[in-house]
Amino acid sequence: MTNETAANAIWVFIEHTDGVIADVSLELTGKARELADRLAASSDRAPEVVGLLCGHDVDALAHDVIAHGADRVILADDPELELYRTLPYARVAITEARKRGPEIFLIGGTPNGRDFAPRVASALRCGLTADCTDLQIGDYYVKKEDRTYKDLLFQIRPAFGGNLIATIVNPHTRPQMATVREGVMRKPAADASRKGVVEKIAVQLEPEDLVLEVLSRQVRKSTVKLKDAPVIVAGGAGVDGSEEFALLRDLANLLGGEVGASRAAVDAGYIDRAHQVGQTGTTVRPRLYIAAGISGAIQHRAGMDQSSKIIAINTDPSAPMFQIAHYKIVGDVGEVLPLIIKTLRERSMDQSDGHAGEADEE
Amino acid sequence: MTESRPLHSVVLVKQVPDTHNVTGDVMTKDGTMNRNALPAIFNPEDLNALEMALQIKERTGGTVTVITMGPPKAAAILRESLFRGADKVVLLTDRKFAGADTLATSYALTCAIRKIGDYDLVLAGRQAIDGDTAQVGPQTAEKLGIPQITYAEQIVELTSTHVTVQRALDSGSEIVRCKMPVLMTVVGSANTPRPANVRRQMERKLAATPLEYAAIRKDWPEFETDEALDAYLAARDLRIPVWSAEAIGATEGSIGLAGSPTQVHKVNFVVLESAESKTITPDQEGIAAMVAELVREYIVG
Repeated sequence: MTNETAANAIWVFIEHTDGVIADVSLELTGKARELADRLAASSDRAPEVVGLLCGHDVDALAHDVIAHGADRVILADDPELELYRTLPYARVAITEARKRGPEIFLIGGTPNGRDFAPRVASALRCGLTADCTDLQIGDYYVKKEDRTYKDLLFQIRPAFGGNLIATIVNPHTRPQMATVREGVMRKPAADASRKGVVEKIAVQLEPEDLVLEVLSRQVRKSTVKLKDAPVIVAGGAGVDGSEEFALLRDLANLLGGEVGASRAAVDAGYIDRAHQVGQTGTTVRPRLYIAAGISGAIQHRAGMDQSSKIIAINTDPSAPMFQIAHYKIVGDVGEVLPLIIKTLRERSMDQSDGHAGEADEE
Repeated sequence: MTESRPLHSVVLVKQVPDTHNVTGDVMTKDGTMNRNALPAIFNPEDLNALEMALQIKERTGGTVTVITMGPPKAAAILRESLFRGADKVVLLTDRKFAGADTLATSYALTCAIRKIGDYDLVLAGRQAIDGDTAQVGPQTAEKLGIPQITYAEQIVELTSTHVTVQRALDSGSEIVRCKMPVLMTVVGSANTPRPANVRRQMERKLAATPLEYAAIRKDWPEFETDEALDAYLAARDLRIPVWSAEAIGATEGSIGLAGSPTQVHKVNFVVLESAESKTITPDQEGIAAMVAELVREYIVG
């Protein structure tokens, strides 16, 4: 019975820390709901959206998963599952996936998700695509077999060097697995009235699953709030050293925003990786994105091209970033940023001086 | 702090196009990439994995064996590994490996590691810069049936049976203790890879795979036949072994394109949407006009 209802399902790996579900897991639950509804339109049986929740004393989280779009939560509760560890978590996922045969399995591109997903995919001998920037449903024709595979998961990601966007499919193996970074999909609004099944399963671990013990764990609460920042001032390779990078922080503070960075700036050691915007960093949609000295590789653009307004500053007039920018400034970051800072400071001084007339005009 | 027996490490390395330093020559006019214009380099985090293995060997004794899967020219990074201190290197190459995704790659590497046989640690870089998937390490560990420690940053303790490792995670850090054998993927912050040792480089600069003999003999005409060169290199332990799919006992259906569940459906060149855009002059007036406009549109307050 369980098998029958759970077949043709879309699974989401539900990550949680300190009794809170990771945003990315709820974002993917929402995406899974969307894909399931799309699949229901072209098949006679609607797929179930299933959250796979491993942990200890985490019953309370199951309803949150359902409220964000799941039909069912597979709940594996065991003291050995209290903290994430590769082997016990993978054991549960592999055992259940073999039993139930899900169509699709989505995992957050977090450190734990990127540790878990390949282990599971290898055991199930199925395909896995990392860091997808979009997921769709579509048909795939294989010429060699003269056969069209209906309703496959299209796993879309920037590829090789970032000048290409590749659509990856797995026609022959199940589940079709993909990881997606936090912020790429939108988190749906919770609907507390949604109904779903919470199915507790018996956890059976083997002694070899427990060969690794966690001696200590330090969680660093990130003070970087890129994802929700209204304004992001981001720097790249065109920023000349840490001193010039400090200008970005000044400007971000003036605008009530956050400092972002391209991978090049992170690799150069100007700023911590927590600030990285892009496919392998954070995906952002601020009101204003200022790209200072960022050439605009696709991996970076994939993480910020939904920004409402983009200002690009670069000495190279052919930088790809200019092609998606609303304001193009060909110039040196070290000269342009101080000008913007100065202009903003003067404006705020004008306003505090009581130039009400000017404020009214606007 | 270290009470251990000699430990044997296998390091998995990859030659990658240097995508971090894409220059103007690399992009063609129609927006495609000229792969050949990119220099091929030692994947950066694989160097950190090699360094970690060499440091372990310095603490406990033992051996460091380096494996790469790739085209014949990937022998270059095996030579670099020898210069830095690797004891043995192996090139896995075969046309049948071509088109492998991470699953098929991990299968071939698993076969090669099994052929080596005696190992306590398998080390690899966290991820390769040409794909950034970070999948091959964990997939290889699963196929070997051994545990994995991803994001390894520091060896805290080594005993004859266990390794204690600090992991560097975006969200913090973790110290784990695990029974060997274990596979570790190493992050860039783990260490500073040592440069090539000059003496080792002098001694081993001729190290080559048989696939390179023809090219070498052009520079060294005194070796009249491949056999003569082979005998010379073999006598000096400079012949880099080449293992084919058959040599590692790989099942045909599990390697290369056939063993890869993922298929590329289509590839789109990136078309940049030209947003409605304004060019702002980088002077006081230009900037002031732009800021005024952003204020009018409530973009900045």
